[in-house]
Amino acid sequence: MSRIPVSALIGLGFTGLYFFVAIFAGWIAPYGMAEVVGGVWEPSSSQSWLGTDSIGRDLLSRMIYGGRTTIAVAAAATVLSFVIGSILGLTAAVLGGWVDQVLSRGVDLVMAIPTLIFALVVLSVMPVTLPILILVMGLLDSTRVFRLSRAVAVDITVMDYIEAARLRGEGGGWIVFREILPNALSPLVAEMGLRFIFAVLFISTLSFLGLGVQPPLADWGGIVKENKDGIVYGIPAALYPAIAIATLAISVNLVADWVLGRTSSLKGGRGG
Amino acid sequence: MAVHPVVKLMTQRLALGLLLLLAASVLIFVGTQILPGDVAQAILGQSATPQALANMREAMGLNDPAYVRYLHWLGAALHGDLGQSLTNGEDVAEAIGKRFGNTLFLAVVAAVIAVPTAIILGLIAVRYQGRWPDRLISGVTLATVSVPEFLLGYVVMFLLAVKYRLAPSVSTIYDTMSLGEKLHAIALPVIVLVLVVLGHMMRMTRAAILNVMQSAYVETAELKGLRPFLIIARHAFPNAISPVVNVVMINLAYLVVGVVVVEVVFVYPGMGQYLVDHVAKRDVPVVQACGLIFAAVYIILNVAADVISILANPRLRHPK
Repeated sequence: MSRIPVSALIGLGFTGLYFFVAIFAGWIAPYGMAEVVGGVWEPSSSQSWLGTDSIGRDLLSRMIYGGRTTIAVAAAATVLSFVIGSILGLTAAVLGGWVDQVLSRGVDLVMAIPTLIFALVVLSVMPVTLPILILVMGLLDSTRVFRLSRAVAVDITVMDYIEAARLRGEGGGWIVFREILPNALSPLVAEMGLRFIFAVLFISTLSFLGLGVQPPLADWGGIVKENKDGIVYGIPAALYPAIAIATLAISVNLVADWVLGRTSSLKGGRGG
Repeated sequence: MAVHPVVKLMTQRLALGLLLLLAASVLIFVGTQILPGDVAQAILGQSATPQALANMREAMGLNDPAYVRYLHWLGAALHGDLGQSLTNGEDVAEAIGKRFGNTLFLAVVAAVIAVPTAIILGLIAVRYQGRWPDRLISGVTLATVSVPEFLLGYVVMFLLAVKYRLAPSVSTIYDTMSLGEKLHAIALPVIVLVLVVLGHMMRMTRAAILNVMQSAYVETAELKGLRPFLIIARHAFPNAISPVVNVVMINLAYLVVGVVVVEVVFVYPGMGQYLVDHVAKRDVPVVQACGLIFAAVYIILNVAADVISILANPRLRHPK
């Protein structure tokens, strides 16, 4: 490991912290997720650091458990979108021809409809459960991953070592997973960070609209929805998720920038 | 006779746009058909008798194959008949008509403010590239694009409506209001929408102009001793129009989607709120109609971006 820039370290630190808190939510949160500990919208005190929410639950605990749901759903959707998107994208690039045409035009079509609108249309008839949410988000997002991985892989498939592998008689699976994927990994990893953030924003938006994570489960978008009426009385409970989402987004961005920059310099990129 | 390449390209784009619209309508229709139950079940609920279900299906034409229903739906939609709402039986086209005007009003006001501001800020950022105005603008816009619309909405509401009482926190508008009153009522949602698209638009404008700034003719202009702002305005910007217009159109399309969430935040009587309300009620005809209209606006703006960037390219307008 060579030197890591300060910005990336900060990003890594915060991202790690969020994931750590999310994984160990049960041990870290001072109260239970649905435990009523006080009156409605109490200000912050030594008992509950962020105060209480619209029905007297501890807001800090809600934020911690909510972070777990948000991060878990977003991470699962991102992984799903990457598995589907990159496999299809690499396949399209390697096979070319009509497979590529069908897949690419299909993706063009799905991307022609705004993601949120399409998700709302589908969720109007589907039961809103966590697996369905992850599936819908993952599938819709895989179109973006497909675009990127196909574009990256098309550049790689024309390389000499791919031709050498073909002449050696390697099968399609070997070429995709052993020759192309390792070389396409760095832009994909950087993109993964951005897609993850997008997924966090997306699930929060859906939950805020009441069509995402359903109560009593907590998540950041839902916390805004539950506490939005407090805003008018000057109670900032609904604004804490804003801080959480913004800091998570910025720190993941910092890490993604670093990953992208580090690998492009490995390839002998200009200007170090 | 050879057709002018611009005409040919534009016809291609427009045809592609129409095809996309058609395909999008199929996708939206299919999207609402993949559920295990069906619309009749959704209306009558789980406890409905099989006979009642069968009657309902017969009445709604649900026994026809899916493609027949799709053609009926599309044909009716093209004639302006978007069906009846399942929850209150009101005519969807009529309900959307009023709300579409409101949504358009909100989006247009936001666009009128956001587009010039974004371009001017982009020009300033390029002029002072790497110095404090650039850093300030870039930093602030990075912050606004990292926060989802609805949270930005509540932050703005908390600061401007609750702390300083500059504008109402709920944007109710009705027909009898004067334009000034309406503008005051929608001040907060407009601010949020402007902030959301401003960031993207300004950053992409900045990148587009910076790209042009590397060209040889810009260097020539610099060596001639022109003032930096004149170089950007006269030499760099005209050549960056095509990408900038593209950026503007993409962001206007984005605005159309952002409107959905912002309307819910500020309880604005527009199409976005109508859509979200009826998704929760599983009112399929309304959702299909709203989805179709939002998708159509989005696709039209994207096609318009293509067409304008073709028109803005002198190499295509004056072929050799």
